[in-house]
Amino acid sequence: MSTNSIDPNVWVDKYSDYLFNYTIVRVDDKEIAQDLVQETFFAGLKSMKNFKGEASERTWLISILKRKIIDHYRKINSNKGKAEVRMNYSSDSETEGDWLEERVADPFDGNADHDIENEELGLAIHNCLGKLPEKQALIFKLKTIQGFDTEAICNEFDITASNLWVIIHRARTAMAECLEKNWF
Amino acid sequence: MKTTKKLFVSCEEAQSICDKNQYGEASIFEKIKLNIRLLYCKVTRAYSKKNAKLTKTMNASNIQTISPSEKEAMKKKIQKELSK
Repeated sequence: MSTNSIDPNVWVDKYSDYLFNYTIVRVDDKEIAQDLVQETFFAGLKSMKNFKGEASERTWLISILKRKIIDHYRKINSNKGKAEVRMNYSSDSETEGDWLEERVADPFDGNADHDIENEELGLAIHNCLGKLPEKQALIFKLKTIQGFDTEAICNEFDITASNLWVIIHRARTAMAECLEKNWF
Repeated sequence: MKTTKKLFVSCEEAQSICDKNQYGEASIFEKIKLNIRLLYCKVTRAYSKKNAKLTKTMNASNIQTISPSEKEAMKKKIQKELSK
């Protein structure tokens, strides 16, 4: 007996950003992350018959995505083995004579705790976004995360600027409340 | 009388200015109006604080989304795969 149903037509709208965020903290490359999400959807389509409905659609997709990420690392690892490791510190004349210190890893960069916290926060934000009405979430994402111009969004959705600000206001209030509950 | 009307805004308007300010889209005059309201209105102050916190969190999260055009492309690919 299945309790959760599956509908590939809504995958992109509902889960792509969540999956993307999950991937990007693990592979650290936008393009690759996007490809992995796409591959996950394809793999999901292929094994749709095997979906028993025990887990939610999203959990199921995440489990596929995890395999895809592992596969990705397997692939680049085997490439690495073949390649020669070459250190060309001062091969190009422009940087010749630069100090070594500049090339030392920054101890304050790439702090693991920070990364983990960021990932969890990202997922929490996507969870909250998922609770907003679709149009609100979409406009909020465009404005806040992708930094689109007010005018561009107004044209896209055929709304006035004051309309947009009302939508943003509602979205912000809801987001603040949701994050207050789940994050702070 | 006219100037006081211009300088004192309603709570709703103040919150709207505050929203705009989060995206750096409030004009200087709007900011002045907002700050005047902030001086005496507790509700606006609370909202302003919450709003700034949200902006800070959003920026700190380094959150990313797939652009709408890429999403459309993904949708098309899925449709194509489905119709096979």
